[in-house]
Amino acid sequence: MDEITNLAHGFAVAATLPNLMFMLIGITLGVLIGVLPGLGGANGVAILLPLTFSMNPTSAIIMLSCIYWGALFGGAITSILFNIPGEPWSVATTFDGHPMAQQGRAAQALTAAFTSSFVGALFAVLLITFLAPLLARFALKFGPAEFFAVQLLTFCSFVGMSKEPPAKTIASMMLGFALAAVGMDSVTGQLRMTYGVSELLKGFDFLIAVIGLFGIGEILLTMEEGLSFKGQSAKISLRVVLQTWREMAQHWKTFLRSTAIGCWMGITPGGATPASFMSYGMARRFASDPNSFGKGNIQGVIAPETAAHAAGTSALLPMLTLGIPGSPTAAVLLGGLLIWGLQPGPMLFIEQRDFVWGLIASMYLGNIVGLIVVLTTVPFWAAILRIPFSVIAPIIIVICAIGAYTVHSAMFDVLMMMVFGVLGYLFKKLKYPLAPLVLALVLGDMAEASFRQAMLLSQGQLSIFWSNPLVGTIAGLALLLLSWPVLSAALSAARGRPARRVEDTP
Amino acid sequence: MSGPLKADEAGAVGKRGPELAVAGFLMLLAALVIIDSLRVGNGWADDGPQSGYFPFRLGLLLLAASGWVFASQLWRWRRDNGVFAERSQLALVVAMLVPMLVYVGLIYPLGIYLPSAVLIAYFMRRYGHYGWPICVPVAAGVPLAFYLVFERWFLVPLPKGPLERLLGL
Repeated sequence: MDEITNLAHGFAVAATLPNLMFMLIGITLGVLIGVLPGLGGANGVAILLPLTFSMNPTSAIIMLSCIYWGALFGGAITSILFNIPGEPWSVATTFDGHPMAQQGRAAQALTAAFTSSFVGALFAVLLITFLAPLLARFALKFGPAEFFAVQLLTFCSFVGMSKEPPAKTIASMMLGFALAAVGMDSVTGQLRMTYGVSELLKGFDFLIAVIGLFGIGEILLTMEEGLSFKGQSAKISLRVVLQTWREMAQHWKTFLRSTAIGCWMGITPGGATPASFMSYGMARRFASDPNSFGKGNIQGVIAPETAAHAAGTSALLPMLTLGIPGSPTAAVLLGGLLIWGLQPGPMLFIEQRDFVWGLIASMYLGNIVGLIVVLTTVPFWAAILRIPFSVIAPIIIVICAIGAYTVHSAMFDVLMMMVFGVLGYLFKKLKYPLAPLVLALVLGDMAEASFRQAMLLSQGQLSIFWSNPLVGTIAGLALLLLSWPVLSAALSAARGRPARRVEDTP
Repeated sequence: MSGPLKADEAGAVGKRGPELAVAGFLMLLAALVIIDSLRVGNGWADDGPQSGYFPFRLGLLLLAASGWVFASQLWRWRRDNGVFAERSQLALVVAMLVPMLVYVGLIYPLGIYLPSAVLIAYFMRRYGHYGWPICVPVAAGVPLAFYLVFERWFLVPLPKGPLERLLGL
C-alpha cells in the first residue's frame, strides 16, 4: 500500500516539535474563534492567514487547518452551554445539547459532542487518505474542458442543492464571479471594470470579502438579537467521559449514518451546515423514541456533530485533489495555498508530497490534540463566554479591521470590508446564500482560465463540453443539478402534490 | 424567527423595501459589468476570447437573476410582505454600524491603535455601563496586546498616526 508509506512519511513531517506547537496554537485559536460570536472558521482563517506568509507552507497549513478543526470543536461549546450556536453548523446541536445542559448533563453533552466531532473527522480523514491519491491520479487526465466542467458541476450543485431560492443563489454566485473579474485581466493585460479607480487595479481580494461578509455581517446580526449571554457552567471529569463513551458506543449506527451523510455533503459542496441538519433529521426518523428528541436525547448531539465534522474535514478532499473547495473555509485555505505559490490540484500530489502528506498526517494528529484540548479546557472557554458582548463586540471589530488591513497593508481594504459587512448582513436577512459568492470569488480566475483554454482548443465551440464521455458526463450531471429545482417541482406536481419546500430553521 | 406577521403592524420594517433595494443594487452592478465588458470587447479575437467574453455572460446572468428577484417581488407586492426586522432591532444595528464607520474613518488620520481604544471604551461605557476604572485598562490594554502580537512577534506593520510618531514607534 503506497498510501501507508506516504502517510508514515507525512507523520514524520507533521510530528516535529515546531509543527506540534503550531498545531496546539492553531487548535487553541480555533476554539477561541469558534466560541466567539462573529468570528468563525472562514473569517478566522482569513484574518490569521497574513500571519503565516513568512512561515513555511507546511507549518502554515498545519496551523491554519488546526484553526479550522478548533473552530469546529468550539462551536459545540456555545451551543450546549449557552444555547447560542457559535457557528452555523452547530445550530442543530443546540436542539438537544442545551436541554441536556439544563438538566445538569452538560458534561455528558459536551463529551458526546467532542467525541462525535472526533469520530466524524477521523472517518473523513481516512477517506481522504485513501481516496485522495486515487482521485488525484484520475484527475491528471483532465484537460481544461474537464476542469471547467467540474467547476460547473460545483456551482450548479449549489443551485440544485441550496434551500435558498435558485435566483438568489445564482445572483450571489454571479456577483462573486464578477468581483473576481475586476482588475487586470491576466491573459490580455486589459483593465476590467475598474472605472478609473486605481484601488481596484489589483481586484477584490476574497479574504477581505470573507472577513466582511462573515465577520462584520455576523456582528450586525448578533447585535440585532440584542444578545445577553446566560449559560450553564460545566466541568468534565474523567469518570463522566468514560461513562459517556460507554453510552455512546450503543449508538454506533447513528455514528455510521452521520459520517456517511457528512462525508457526502462535504465532498459535494453541500457543506457542514446542511449536513448537520440532515443528519439530525435522519437520526430522529430512525430512532426508537423520536419524541425524546429536542428534550435532551444524546443522539441529537451525536448526529449533527459527527456529520458537521465529517463534512468539514472531507471538504478538503476536492480542494486538494481538484482545486475545488467544498466549503467557504476550504476556499480560504485554498487561497492560502495559492499565496504560498502552491497550485492545488492533481499535480500537488506529485510535486509537493511533503506538503500533502504532512497535511493529511496533521489532520489525524490535529484532531487528537483537539479532542484532548477541548475536553480539558471547557471551564476556561465557558468563562470567556461570560465576558459581556459590549466588550467582545468592539474587540472583534478591531480584529476584523486589523485582519483586513494586513492582507495588503491597504486602508481601502478596511473600507471594502465594511461594505461587504453591510452586504453580508442584508444577504443573510434576505436569504441570499453567502457560500457561492465566496467560492465564485476564489475560483473565478481559475474557472475563467480553464473556460478560455477550453474555448481556445475548440475554436469557440461549446460542443467541447460534450466531446468525450468523461467531460460529457460531468457537464450533463451539472446541467441536471442546475435544473433540479424545476425538475423536482415538476415531479411533485405530476404526483398531484404541491411542491414541498424545506422549511428554514432559524 | 419571524412568523407570518404583517409588516405594517407592530413597528416592524417590511421585507419589500430591502428586497427591492438589494435586487436593484445587483442589477446596477450587472449593468456596470455588461457596459465595461462591451467596452473591452465581448467577442472573439484572433488569439481567442476577448477580455469581456466571460464577464459579459456573467453580467447577463446576474442581471437575469436579480431582475427575476426584483420582478417577482413586484409581482407579489400585495400578498406578501414578511418582516425584515423590528424597528428596535434595526436601531440597534444602526447604533452598531455608525460607530464602526466612524472607527474606520478615524483609522485614516490616526492610525489603528487610538481609534481602537476609543471604540472599545465607547462600547463598554454605552452598552456595558462600566465605570472608567474598568474601561480604561481594557481599552488601553487590548490595542497594546495587538501591538505586541502583530508588530513585535509576527513583524506585521499596522497603520500608525501622529500619536505613535510622537512616541517614536
